Amino acid sequence: MKKFVLVLTLLFSGLAGAAGGGIENDHIDIDLSDQASLQSGAKLFNNYCLGCHNMQYQRYERSFKDLGIPTELGQEYLQFTGEKVSDHIKSAIPAENAAKWFGAPPPDLTLVARVRGADWLYTYLRTFYADDSKTFGVNNKRFPDVGMPHVLQELQGTPRETYEQRMVDGEMKEVYVGIKTDGTGELSPEEYDEAMSDLVHYLVYVGEPGRLKLETTGKWVLAFIVILFIFVYLLKKEYWRDVH
Amino acid sequence: MFKNLLDWIEYRIPMMRVANMHAIQYPAPKNMNFWYIFGFLATIVLINQIVTGVWLTMNFVPSSEGAFASVEYIMRDVPYGDILRYMHSTGASAFFIVVYLHMFRGMMYGSYQKPRELLWLFGMFIYLALMAEAFMGYVLPWGQMSYWGAQVIVSLFSAIPIIGPDLVEWIQGDYVISGATLNRFFALHVIALPLVIVILVFLHIVALHEVGSNNPDGVEVKRKKGSLTEEQKTKFKMHEYYTSKYDIIDDVVPFFPHIVLKDLVAFAAFLFIFCYIMFFAPGMGGYFLEHPNFEIANPLKTPEHIFPVWYFTPFYAILKAVPDKLGGVIAMFAAIIALFLLPWIDRGKVKSWRYRCGFHRWNLLIFAAVFIFLGYLGGTPQENWKIIASRIGTIMYFGFFLLLFIYSRNENTKPVPERITK
Repeated sequence: MKKFVLVLTLLFSGLAGAAGGGIENDHIDIDLSDQASLQSGAKLFNNYCLGCHNMQYQRYERSFKDLGIPTELGQEYLQFTGEKVSDHIKSAIPAENAAKWFGAPPPDLTLVARVRGADWLYTYLRTFYADDSKTFGVNNKRFPDVGMPHVLQELQGTPRETYEQRMVDGEMKEVYVGIKTDGTGELSPEEYDEAMSDLVHYLVYVGEPGRLKLETTGKWVLAFIVILFIFVYLLKKEYWRDVH
Repeated sequence: MFKNLLDWIEYRIPMMRVANMHAIQYPAPKNMNFWYIFGFLATIVLINQIVTGVWLTMNFVPSSEGAFASVEYIMRDVPYGDILRYMHSTGASAFFIVVYLHMFRGMMYGSYQKPRELLWLFGMFIYLALMAEAFMGYVLPWGQMSYWGAQVIVSLFSAIPIIGPDLVEWIQGDYVISGATLNRFFALHVIALPLVIVILVFLHIVALHEVGSNNPDGVEVKRKKGSLTEEQKTKFKMHEYYTSKYDIIDDVVPFFPHIVLKDLVAFAAFLFIFCYIMFFAPGMGGYFLEHPNFEIANPLKTPEHIFPVWYFTPFYAILKAVPDKLGGVIAMFAAIIALFLLPWIDRGKVKSWRYRCGFHRWNLLIFAAVFIFLGYLGGTPQENWKIIASRIGTIMYFGFFLLLFIYSRNENTKPVPERITK
């Protein structure tokens, strides 16, 4: 059945994805039933992203419920400015000020995973690099000239572009091979990747919080339709037996 | 008791008479194949759109400030809201899939030919109303593609000489696409156009039942009164509305239960595919729900690529193929008008492609392939080769009608059988 959708998708072929800078996306597999990952992602989001970015269509309550976080714990560790649990997840930063400070208001991130896709986000979060020519001292490989600081620097350390001498078309050239941290962060490179995976998991979940439930319901619905099909088909055959 | 109630009603309104005439004892050719399910499926999808639409309207806020947020409210806070929304959005694409297949069926078996010209015209008007309905519906979530798609399509009218700019302003209700536009599109989408579509569907079915269903052989099942022996007439009980005017040949089945059961099998199969997409891939990789449309409309930020949704892309490719804006708009509308005129462009007397010349079969198949190819060209980012390809495609699109007009006059057809061949 997955193949069928693939074929259908190819029929209406082409690329409708969000485009961007020059590098390829790294792939990430999303498992929305991994609650530990989602919880860790929620914590990262609320600690590092929520300072500037809204998640204004999602309520705290919904995240807590879906991620298996008890309300009291959620309020204690994931809500910082005394909102009600039924409030939408909104940043404390006033929009006009934000626009002044960053040139544009930081975008709402509720649906960012549905606009950009998980792979894009996973790549973006891991390709910041130090660049003194920029206002915030960093640039991004996936999103060149991005207008935000690398807020996760304390976790990752200072990331730098790395180049290697390689033979290209018979000439030695400097070739970009990736981002390497200077090791001053709290996390090792593997731990940082893991943390970013968690964050992307959470963003994918928030983009469509009903996804898991839809898939559970969907299986029952499809099973019912198969049974319906069998009975209707047999009934049809019975009535058409005498038609030649 | 029940019988008494039915009699009481029947005495006052012709409930059973109409049901018998149109839904039970309606003579349908027994050889109606796979291609004949799409009319029924289109009706089912129409009902789905109306019912889910009513429920979505209960929570949708038709304003530029509230529309986007209210869709997310439906997705998150309304119980089963995400299912309702996906039923509606998947239904929109499903509607066009079944309608395109339904139209292709009509072209294969010559269902537009005499005496079914008016039936075809009603169908084409439904298609036209459906395109307007889908376009306005797509604007309502007020995402980036809603906004910029509307911008592109509404601005087409500015190409019309003299009245163009004023017409655009009149359609938008503002100098730009704005909340005023959203409000009027909402009114048209939920009341005006559905009403038009339902009335047209009613007329489409009335016209169908008056002239009778065509079939893959294109053989008429209603014969002149008195031309058939008792042996040759159908043994099924058909409504006297049909039997009093015609002799009906023994190649038909009653609509109920035979056709209804056949349609129900098709319905179950269709429902499986529909629900699979709806529950597991409602965005269809960005084709049913475009990725940029999950970002709220921003008049200051033009998306990198603007495409209409997939079902408009063949016409979009024709529009872009012509270098001149007015010329493009004319070509695009001409592409739809050509379909309207099909009953008169095709001068052939034989309906089904089974008994028409081999060239006709190829002409039609290539036309279908060109239509899909134009859809691909119109729905993917612009490249140089695509401009040339879409020009060739556009010429081939119109070439189908031109060739058909020429060869159908004196076509080398095969003999059509006297009876349905099964």
